[in-house]
Amino acid sequence: MMPIETARAVMIRIFILFLLSGTLYAQVTSERLLHPEREPQNWLSYSGSYSSQRYSTLDQITRDNAKNLELKWVFQSRSLEKFEATPLVVDGVMYLTQPPNDVVALDAKTGRAFWIYEYKPAADARLCCGQVNRGLGILGDTLFMGTIDAHLLAIDAKTGKPIWNVEVGSAKAGYAITHAPLVVKNTVIVGVAGGEYGIRGFVAAYDAATGKEKWKFYTIPGPGETGHDTWEGDSWQHGGAPVWITGSYDPDLNLTYWGVGNPGPDWNGDDREGDNLYSDSVIALDADTGKLKWHFQFTPHDEYDFDAVQIPVLVDTEWEGVPRKLMMWANRNGFFYVLDRVNGKFLWGSPFVKVTWATGLDKNGRPIPAPNTKPTREGVKVYPGNQGATNWFSPSYSPRTKLFYIPTWADYFSVYTKTSTPFQEGRFYLGGLPRSAIPMMVRGAVKTWTEEDGYGSFIAIDPRTGEKKWEFKMNDVTDSGLLTTASDVLFGGGREGHFYALDARDGKVLWKASLGGMVDSGAITFKAGETQYVSVAAGQSLFTFALRN
Amino acid sequence: MLSILIAFMVLAPPQDGSQLYRDNCARCHGQDGNGIPGVDFRTGQFRRPSTDDDLMRIIAGGIPGTAMSPSSLPDAARRSLVDFLRSMPNSAGASAGGGDAARGRTVFEGQGGCTSCHRANGKGSRTGPDLGDAGSNRRAADIERSILNPNAAILPQNRTVRATAADGSTITGRRLNEDTDTIQLIDDRERLVSLSKATLREFTVLKTSPMPSFQGKLTPQELADVIAYLLSLKGPTP
Ligand code: HEC
Ligand code: HEC
Repeated sequence: MMPIETARAVMIRIFILFLLSGTLYAQVTSERLLHPEREPQNWLSYSGSYSSQRYSTLDQITRDNAKNLELKWVFQSRSLEKFEATPLVVDGVMYLTQPPNDVVALDAKTGRAFWIYEYKPAADARLCCGQVNRGLGILGDTLFMGTIDAHLLAIDAKTGKPIWNVEVGSAKAGYAITHAPLVVKNTVIVGVAGGEYGIRGFVAAYDAATGKEKWKFYTIPGPGETGHDTWEGDSWQHGGAPVWITGSYDPDLNLTYWGVGNPGPDWNGDDREGDNLYSDSVIALDADTGKLKWHFQFTPHDEYDFDAVQIPVLVDTEWEGVPRKLMMWANRNGFFYVLDRVNGKFLWGSPFVKVTWATGLDKNGRPIPAPNTKPTREGVKVYPGNQGATNWFSPSYSPRTKLFYIPTWADYFSVYTKTSTPFQEGRFYLGGLPRSAIPMMVRGAVKTWTEEDGYGSFIAIDPRTGEKKWEFKMNDVTDSGLLTTASDVLFGGGREGHFYALDARDGKVLWKASLGGMVDSGAITFKAGETQYVSVAAGQSLFTFALRN
Repeated sequence: MLSILIAFMVLAPPQDGSQLYRDNCARCHGQDGNGIPGVDFRTGQFRRPSTDDDLMRIIAGGIPGTAMSPSSLPDAARRSLVDFLRSMPNSAGASAGGGDAARGRTVFEGQGGCTSCHRANGKGSRTGPDLGDAGSNRRAADIERSILNPNAAILPQNRTVRATAADGSTITGRRLNEDTDTIQLIDDRERLVSLSKATLREFTVLKTSPMPSFQGKLTPQELADVIAYLLSLKGPTP
């Protein structure tokens, strides 16, 4: 028998071990996902929190010392694809995807790999715009990844071994998954890309433990459903309306919010008369049932490819003197919107860049079309251009400055031409072609276009007044997401390959690094040990910075 | 000095014939040795060679006029390959002995106690290698050997590391990755841990396996069943 003293010592030691493992190495429960603000050292979901503000309360890197940031490590991907991924960081381990669908677990301090899982997508996967992946979801010890051949995978976070694999859509027919799954309670929710292939978009939810489908919401209503009559004839069957960026979630309302993409064919609406619901809309879906609670359409009957595939940013703040649950949205169509996220009511909106396709918004937020701006056979010049005033890359909202930060393609146009394309499964279904001097997806080492074609900027707007507080201009456009922190530092980059720390209050440059490749994702920040790090993907690599020791 | 040398010679692992076979021969002869019509290493019968030296010669010189080309492998490697070719018929035995995968699962998760270290089908510990796709890239012979004689063939990715931190505390785990300055492992509490070597008092990559041998602890039938079960695991498919 063990002497009492020793037994007690052992008990205490076990208890301490238990405590340690409980706080430091516990599983990522759904409770933890609800409260990421309690563990700012981690980055537990694509947008950092369910409200998707891309705001961190870490404050070791300040406006004063940001100039002392230095490179700590680089992870070079084995891929020539665009690197659009946002990593997750859980208790010192970083989980990253490398295109097309590899998952890597890295030591967050050194960038050394624990394991790599290489998924081989089907050869017949079809992607309009690169074999990209934007990241992962996590619950318990399981990671979730959507694949370019439209599968959803569960992967063991400790070993990198796949646990289950379900087919979400048909890759051959143009369905794909490029965004990070949204994990709510014990459910994994994804949408499908394929708006250029005449798919019928949807959002679907799967049981995290088994991969069993729980619900599915079609973003184009079928016969008998409300909104079906906003599509002419059988155009609804291949009208696009994809969902290819992660949604947000309001736990009190139990609503998930998703931005829906363009109707197809993109640039020719002749055969799809009507508003084409729910293309270019935000939809509010019940997290448990997938039932539509409300929708708001930004661009009815779109002929410019103005996907509303942006991150829905949820903000609780006073509106006209009353505390209100808001949703803020900088849309690809050039307008900034404030909505009531309880019921989808339009509160306010105005353009944040040069816009010529609409003369403004009516009192319900519906755009007032400008004359002679629809695509024609000869071509018509319209602002914003096809890639939009902004796009899928994340904006940021800082509850400290109360400013909304948008990465933009400013004063940029395309000449939109329309043609006729018959629908054929698995083939491009575009109905036209926009032209612009600015390359759509990737740029090379040399830039020849000028400011008349458009330029890039980060803008800070006051969402209560629409006032532009500051603008940080870049010579070239940007596909970079933004991140703000509690020390009022803003991180973002651009296609030129520069990565900046700016003063979030006035847009002044605090620090800059040249990364030599397009910044095509949003930065994150986390802590490992006592050190605050910032990571961002650029070119084919992920770069991680911290203050000089 | 001599004793150190001897110890070294004894401990130095023999060239791993199964690994050599996998790297140099499997692409034509197949994992199981029956990839070439008319040639089946599992039978223990060869068409041309009969002695070990014949085999050594064929591996070195190839068979002129056929795809069986000469190889420049050193003597020791060819010797290991011959041993391995000779062992292939025996190793087919257990798995060919009518193992039942469903019963094997009960052994694996029950009386065999395998899940106290291994994971498969979402059950079990991650301290040992995950065997959830063991059947997709391992032969019956490899599995059998791992079970009966774990020290004989530890895959490089399955080495155990023991480290002593500056404060004297020890960390043990399965080595996942290593570079000049750091080592990454999954520790005995299933945590992914990265250690900076400079901060360690000592660290060793063990040459032995923490897995006990199951020689004589499983009946031949249980063994065959477990092997059949592991061979049936190919990872999830949609
Ligand atoms: C490029 C394909 C290829 C590779 C690689 C290869 N072999 Fe062969 N091997 C053959 C073919 C084909 C034959 C049958 C030749 C014939 O028609 O007799 C053969 C025959 C043999 C035989 C004679 C079998 C018999 O029954 O007579 C032996 C032994 C053998 N190979 C061993 C090896 C070993 C060991 C290796 C790896 C070091 C190896 N081979 C690699 C293609 C290959
Ligand atoms: C005490 C822990 C422990 C137990 C119990 C255990 N193993 Fe292992 N096993 C390991 C470790 C560690 C390794 C890796 C080192 C090695 O290869 O021996 C391993 C390796 C293996 C391998 C080879 C791994 C590979 O990647 O090819 C197989 C197969 C295997 N074990 C099967 C079993 C089976 C079947 C049982 C139950 C009958 C079992 N093990 C019980 C710890 C254990």
